[in-house]
Amino acid sequence: MIKVEHLDKTFGSLKALHDINLQVNQGDIISLIGPSGSGKSTLLRCIHGLEKADSGNIYLNGELMNPADKAKYAELRKKMGFVFQHFNLFNNKTVLENCMLAQITVAGKSPQDAEATAMDYLEKVGLSDKRDAYPSKLSGGQKQRVAIARALCMHPELMLFDEPTSALDPEMIKEVLEVMKELGRHGMTMIVVTHEMGFARKVGNRVVFLENGRIIEENTSEEFFTNPQSDRAKDFLSKVFYD
Amino acid sequence: MLDILNPENLMFMLKGAGFSLLLAFGAILFGCVIGVIMAAGKMSRSRLLNALASAYVEIFRGTPMLLQVLFFYLGVPVIYQRITGVRMNANPYIVGLLALSFNSGAYQTELIRSGINGVDRGQWEACETLGIGYATMMKEIILPQAFKNIIPPLVSEFIMLIKDSSLISSIGALELLYAAQVLGKKYYDYLDPLIIAAIIYLTLTLITSWVARRVERRLSVSD
Repeated sequence: MIKVEHLDKTFGSLKALHDINLQVNQGDIISLIGPSGSGKSTLLRCIHGLEKADSGNIYLNGELMNPADKAKYAELRKKMGFVFQHFNLFNNKTVLENCMLAQITVAGKSPQDAEATAMDYLEKVGLSDKRDAYPSKLSGGQKQRVAIARALCMHPELMLFDEPTSALDPEMIKEVLEVMKELGRHGMTMIVVTHEMGFARKVGNRVVFLENGRIIEENTSEEFFTNPQSDRAKDFLSKVFYD
Repeated sequence: MLDILNPENLMFMLKGAGFSLLLAFGAILFGCVIGVIMAAGKMSRSRLLNALASAYVEIFRGTPMLLQVLFFYLGVPVIYQRITGVRMNANPYIVGLLALSFNSGAYQTELIRSGINGVDRGQWEACETLGIGYATMMKEIILPQAFKNIIPPLVSEFIMLIKDSSLISSIGALELLYAAQVLGKKYYDYLDPLIIAAIIYLTLTLITSWVARRVERRLSVSD
């Protein structure tokens, strides 16, 4: 579904990504893990095009994502939903308006259709009763669930999550992970930058471990957590799990 | 004092105050339109647009407002006549409104620009990931939040405009200060009309601040 080839990215003198190659298949739930500054978020942002890679190619459903071909590029990007660490809900819009804006202005739906779809997804994330609330009145977990619903309203084929639970209070992490797990159960392809090892292990089917902008290890979740191949992954896991 | 304070004279001054308020209102609105356009120019990647917008801001902020008013009233008709060969009779109200608008536009350019820069980058990125285009993003998400952030300085700007509209008296537009001067001449008494004018200006600016505080509280529901 997604193929990343020889991706490089530098920020000034910092080499953020180094010759990244990655294949994502339909239905995959891939966890990008690694220490901070390893390039996980940068890779995710490059896949969506929020950051422009220096070189390398990204293919979506076999089609090259080429920013120079604006119309085609915009069409391809619409197939991806993106969820941010800090939610980024529109502060001046209600929950329902957050979910409707792009449907009306981008997908060209009627307000009635857009509202029906929005309510459908808000129902799925358990927040239909908050339809008229402003984001400032929601908890972190609720904000993130609205953000997921907002992305789903555009019917993406692939969902990208950039540390979706890192900004949440501990007791709100689960409600967001539950929504993501449910999405996975319905066959959504997902790439998740996460520090939630439980999620990576139980919900994800594959793990990509990065360090210093390189992919160090790529493995099935089960293998990665029970029998990591690289010393760096072993070291990382021994530090992450406290026992 | 009692002579001057008859209903007729009071109406005369209140009418002048009405014009002052109208001029300030028109100038804040037109200035806002100019400000949005120029802020877009300042923030655009085009060097030319950048330079034009910067030059505009620097010129109008860096020269006296009275000079600008006189230039629009006395200078622009000369330019017009040299180009077309036809004499132009400038209307002091329209000229005054233009001068105030362009002056305020320069200050509002910087206000709006800082307001836009103050909107969290995440709001822009959320629009990008949802495929929302630049115009919709600006209209629906960025500008509403930017304006909300700059309401306090915009109110100060409006209060400045109420006071600065008095400069238009210099080109014979019958606003509040000019009305006071007319009465002063008529009664050989400048003290009383000036005091009355000051009270009216103060009333206008205090009411403005009060209304602004209420509006701000109303808008903070989404905070």
